[in-house]
Amino acid sequence: MNNEQFEPTIIGFTCNWCSYRAADLAGTARMKYPPNIRLIRLMCSGRLDPTFVFKALTNGADGVMITGCHPGECHYLEQNYKALRRFHLIRRTLQGLGVEPNRVKLVWASAAEGAKFTNEVKSFVEEIRALGPLNWGGAGGNGHRVETQIPEEVPA
Amino acid sequence: MEKIGVYVCHCGTNIAGMVDVQQVAEWAAAKLQRRGVVIGRDYKFMCSSLGQELIEKDIKELGLTRVVVAACSPHLHENTFRTACKRAGLNPYLCELVSIREQVSWVHTDKDQATAKSMAVVSGGVERVIHHAPLEPMKVSIHPDTLVVGGGIAGIQAALEIADAGYKVYLVEREPSIGGHMAQFDKTFPTLDCAACILTPKMVSVGTHPNIELLTWSEVEKVDGYVGNFAVTIRKRARDVDTSLCTGCGICWEKCPKKVVDDKFEAGMGMRKAVYTPFAQAVPKYPVIDRPNCTYYIKGTCKACEKFCPTNAIKFNQEDEVITVNVGNIILATGYDTFDAKRIAQYGYGRLPNVVTSLEFERLCNAAGPTNGEILLKDGKTKPKAVGIVHCVGSRDKHYNEYCSVICCMQGLKFAHLVHERTGAEVYNFYIDMRTPFKGYEEFYQRVLEEGTHFIRGKVAEINNAPRTKEEEGKLIVQVEDTLVGVQMRIPLDMVILSVALEPRHDAKETAHRFGLSCSADGWFIEKHPKLDPVATMTEGILIAGCVQGPKDIPATVSQGAAAAARALGKIHAKEIALEPFRASVNEEQCSGCRICNGLCPFNAILFHEDRMVTEINGALCQGCGTCVAACPAGAISGTGFSNEQVLAQIEGLLLMNIGEEALA
Ligand SMILES: Cc1cc2nc3c(=O)[nH]c(=O)nc-3n(C[C@H](O)[C@H](O)[C@H](O)COP(=O)(O)OP(=O)(O)OC[C@H]3O[C@@H](n4cnc5c(N)ncnc54)[C@H](O)[C@@H]3O)c2cc1C
Ligand code: FES
Repeated sequence: MNNEQFEPTIIGFTCNWCSYRAADLAGTARMKYPPNIRLIRLMCSGRLDPTFVFKALTNGADGVMITGCHPGECHYLEQNYKALRRFHLIRRTLQGLGVEPNRVKLVWASAAEGAKFTNEVKSFVEEIRALGPLNWGGAGGNGHRVETQIPEEVPA
Repeated sequence: MEKIGVYVCHCGTNIAGMVDVQQVAEWAAAKLQRRGVVIGRDYKFMCSSLGQELIEKDIKELGLTRVVVAACSPHLHENTFRTACKRAGLNPYLCELVSIREQVSWVHTDKDQATAKSMAVVSGGVERVIHHAPLEPMKVSIHPDTLVVGGGIAGIQAALEIADAGYKVYLVEREPSIGGHMAQFDKTFPTLDCAACILTPKMVSVGTHPNIELLTWSEVEKVDGYVGNFAVTIRKRARDVDTSLCTGCGICWEKCPKKVVDDKFEAGMGMRKAVYTPFAQAVPKYPVIDRPNCTYYIKGTCKACEKFCPTNAIKFNQEDEVITVNVGNIILATGYDTFDAKRIAQYGYGRLPNVVTSLEFERLCNAAGPTNGEILLKDGKTKPKAVGIVHCVGSRDKHYNEYCSVICCMQGLKFAHLVHERTGAEVYNFYIDMRTPFKGYEEFYQRVLEEGTHFIRGKVAEINNAPRTKEEEGKLIVQVEDTLVGVQMRIPLDMVILSVALEPRHDAKETAHRFGLSCSADGWFIEKHPKLDPVATMTEGILIAGCVQGPKDIPATVSQGAAAAARALGKIHAKEIALEPFRASVNEEQCSGCRICNGLCPFNAILFHEDRMVTEINGALCQGCGTCVAACPAGAISGTGFSNEQVLAQIEGLLLMNIGEEALA
């Protein structure tokens, strides 16, 4: 790969039941995607505390991919709808902080969608590459620890 | 400080081929020493007994308090390594398995980058494991009753196995009778024994078994609870027949004046009445009234059945009954639908009268079918002189279903034999590949070959009735390229049978959702492991058997029915099961009583104490999704196994914030 090229670091959140299994399937099927993403397994996308996203972005991640089961297919019935609401809130908060909201992406992937998972990672890496390194306006930025931004109100 | 051991697996060359495993282990031992790592090792197969012993030895000799294994997916071996820790006296939940196979070596192509990512992944695991707490698995009791959904041969087998072992089974079937597709067949390959002869005794056993409560004309509406303790709501649709009075004498359907095309059991080839049992050997023997077709329900008068019933069993305007049953295990055996051949317009199904589907043909050659087993053309008189059987209709075709429907080759051979035997007609099999892999199947193929059946290797392009020559007049013309000789052919035939694909039930998705399962991209229910756990699902306590999991023949279906039953019986015998102790709990000191979490739980595990103004979580109902944990603005709810500390630490570790600037240097 070209050394000049910016290599973003991405944190991906997966739920135990669908999207983590999609990632597993991508592996078992030997599909290929760039190594920029590092995954964290939660039980459900509903577990995603917005703090996690801000923590990742302030600790050096250039983008965050939130994944879960398709609407209507959450193992816990409907918790991914709550993740969806939080996703919108996170994007609004980022905008308020002067950070591109597109650094956070939401992807639904069923346990059978290894190919979808792969393609979403591929395109997200390119999207973040195009945005360039995350810049907290001098407050911190890539590689520097800054205080985690906690939104005042945690949404339901 | 914790003493952490890091173990990096080669998985033969699966990981070591793309990740410098030795470097990862050495890096962890050196760079993460400050974080408590006291040993980093790599080994060929960590999951082997020697690999596990390595960990056990270190726990004992080095006094490890935490273990991180970098290997395959936790869905494969998390338990293996937890158990190893337990053997060495370490609480199993103080072990973390991070995946560098499915998520690194198998998906990446650059060894340096894959190695660097593996280091980050290990670092994340190390940070996370520091915050792990010793946990004890939750024990829940297993209700000894079982629910089986679907009364095809899979469900029948499963129900009988469990009932024979002495445990109660509720068997729910949506049709008026059990039997499923097998009840529609005449003969079954490869032995050609009559389907009814081998199936009906089993159906009768189900109907009379003291341990089986048979609920036909019924459907599951709702499933609450979890493994060991499901509460299932079942709707018993009104039969309009009092089954305590009905003797199954059949006078009602004899007298019923309303004839209806039977598009279920007779696959549209025959008629039934508006009050009916689908077939003579139906179990149970009680009929149902088909309200949308019943003259009384349409016009308000008739009631012929009621007048003639000798036991006054007909009860118009009966109401549905909704019951709730408690069960410990659930077996889903809802089977398959067949492909709608109209979707391939060029085959003329629905337009050309003598183009029939395989299921229709089963009825046509069934001794109890509309023609009493005589293979006749649509005119009801003429025996065909030439019959074609088209394989893979809707299967192995990316426009419809990519998969192979498994049974069609053998079913095509079965039909070839039956047509040959009963009509003496010329038989043509149009196939893409012949697949006859199981016991006695290849021998059957040889037998049919010797009977003089023609085999043409090629996908049929078109079936039409537009003759070009005199001998094609009045015939169906099959246009096909024989790919073995490379010639285009037009073959005039009297009847063409389309071997339609097996497809997931039209409502498979809804069923899957009702029971908390997922479907594959094709729509079949997903098993826990395609090779090693084909009847379990990701939802503990819910098993699958038969064609609901994918196309298969009767022997494989029956094996799965028995296997699922054995699984359920094992659980019932164990009386209790250990569950992951991942549950949310509220720290009452911190709870402000804001009630934000109260509306979030779909399992009703969250209750609010008005008197103390605090929220409490019922650990038995909590499923551990963590949604309330994430929502609590006071941070008063914590979730074991996935606490904020654990996840935040893992983020730091993954981003190498734990070791500062030099990171991967
Ligand atoms: C034309 C044809 C010929 C065949 N010939 C042979 C043969 O000769 N030999 C052989 O080995 N195999 C043969 N097969 C394959 C065979 O049909 C299957 O292997 C077998 O019938 C599968 O049984 P099952 O119980 O899984 O499904 P099914 O037979 O489909 O039974 C499922 C049952 O569940 C019920 N159900 C569905 N949904 C629900 C619901 N939501 N609630 C309650 N109940 C529900 C259905 O009404 C049905 O009774 C043939 C298949 C076809 C299409
Ligand atoms: S379990 Fe996958 S999103 Fe809830």
